[in-house]
Amino acid sequence: MKKFFERLTEKRILVSDGAWGTELFKCGLRAGECPELWNEQNKAGVFAIAKSYIDAGSDIISTNSFGGSPVKLSHYNLQSKAYELNKTAAEISRQAAGDKLVMGSVGPTGKFLMSGDISSDELIESFSIQVNALLDGGVDAILLETFYDIDEVECAVKAVRNFPEVPLICSFTYDRNAIGEYRTMMGSTPKDVLKAMITLGVDVIGVNCGSGYHNMIDLVKELRDYSHNIPILVQPNAGLPETIEGKIVYSETPEVISDSVKRFLSIGVNIIGGCCGTTPEHIKIIRNTVDKFLSNQ
Amino acid sequence: MNSSSDENYFLSQLAFCIERGKVNSSFRFPADMIGQPGVEELLSELLSRNISPKTILDDALLTGMNRVGEKFRDGKIFIPDVLISAKAMNTAMEILKPYIVKGELKLKGKVVLATVKGDLHNIGKNLVRMVLEGGGWEVIDLGIDVSSEKIIDALKTNEVIAVGLSALLTTTMLNMKDIVKDIKNNFPEIPVAVGGAPLTQKFADEINADLYSPDPQGMLDYLNNYFSLN
Repeated sequence: MKKFFERLTEKRILVSDGAWGTELFKCGLRAGECPELWNEQNKAGVFAIAKSYIDAGSDIISTNSFGGSPVKLSHYNLQSKAYELNKTAAEISRQAAGDKLVMGSVGPTGKFLMSGDISSDELIESFSIQVNALLDGGVDAILLETFYDIDEVECAVKAVRNFPEVPLICSFTYDRNAIGEYRTMMGSTPKDVLKAMITLGVDVIGVNCGSGYHNMIDLVKELRDYSHNIPILVQPNAGLPETIEGKIVYSETPEVISDSVKRFLSIGVNIIGGCCGTTPEHIKIIRNTVDKFLSNQ
Repeated sequence: MNSSSDENYFLSQLAFCIERGKVNSSFRFPADMIGQPGVEELLSELLSRNISPKTILDDALLTGMNRVGEKFRDGKIFIPDVLISAKAMNTAMEILKPYIVKGELKLKGKVVLATVKGDLHNIGKNLVRMVLEGGGWEVIDLGIDVSSEKIIDALKTNEVIAVGLSALLTTTMLNMKDIVKDIKNNFPEIPVAVGGAPLTQKFADEINADLYSPDPQGMLDYLNNYFSLN
């Protein structure tokens, strides 16, 4: 587990991976199918995505387990397979990564604590099963990503802390409101989230998804202004998707993002990759930009 | 105070309790209203004064929920606030249900809502549901991961005024295209509204949807302006 922190200190900036969901759809996953079931039924396809990011230059890749909590899997009636599907997800990425790092992806359940959809004990139990399996499958860190509710994250953090010394990255998603402020869906400001995450003792805070690289620069600057110490992960979408002739196209192509990536690096981010719509081509551009930035330091 | 100003006072208090999500006097939320009367107390007070359910609905409940929809649209309140208001609104509608069943109180019409095939996120759809119900519309909620067939079945068996489709993911929003097409092939006269985090007006135009709104209030305004039955 020390490997993650050692690598972060040694390399200063880690390049992470790009999208999984949109890549799975490119490989033939159909709407309505459970992406995590592919860990069992199309291992080669999942492995190819993981490997494509390693080949593009990622220092750390995640796992095909974003929707792998038993609560989420229950929609497909697969909750009893949660352990196997998450463990296999971790093993596939581990194998593709070689000596590079792997972070186990954990997404929100979609249930709201405050409206009584689910209890905190149920959430903690669900996240514990998933995290346990990802650790057994060999991940170096846990990545809680695309979260929006501090209360749900608290349950996920408690689940992770059942296992000693696990590096924990926690990434939220924000939107900009009409007056230009960043807020989570629940109305929390970046500062609210940062304070809560520092109190909960997460190791890395993050921002992901959202409406693209360019639109996330001010948000990351805001976070860095509040805390000069905590490592920051940034994984934006490749802009917003448009359909052109029935095909989905993301507005921020690999060529477009390099300026924004330079901005993120000068603000002082520590892990940078992409979310929905990003590809190995985006990661290659990020790799080059990071290498140039580090060699000029 | 004369009795009509009393009534106006109770109606405006009820609207405020809906807006703030104050269910009853023992309800813990919101913290600054602990111990004060809530929806349950005010509603029974108004009914005991023989105020018509229609007046209560129009002048208190819809007024309160309308403020919630507008504030949410303007980014002044957030999901937790809407959820808690919806809880208060549901409490009120449960109390008024007997009048709806008897036909003394009519809603504005039926709307079908669904999160599209492949998408398991009910958050956005539920917010739209709360705002539409809070606006006096009856919602047939088909849930998440809903196919064209299921929507068309619902349209065949109900007198529906409009359909609202939701998607949270960039990958699943593409499924809206075929669903809109299927609905239009079977029910060309029924308008289809689309919404969800990754959507844009441009996308809605491309898939021939009749309405795109970035917030639930936009769909409510659209329905109220063009399709309200009463």
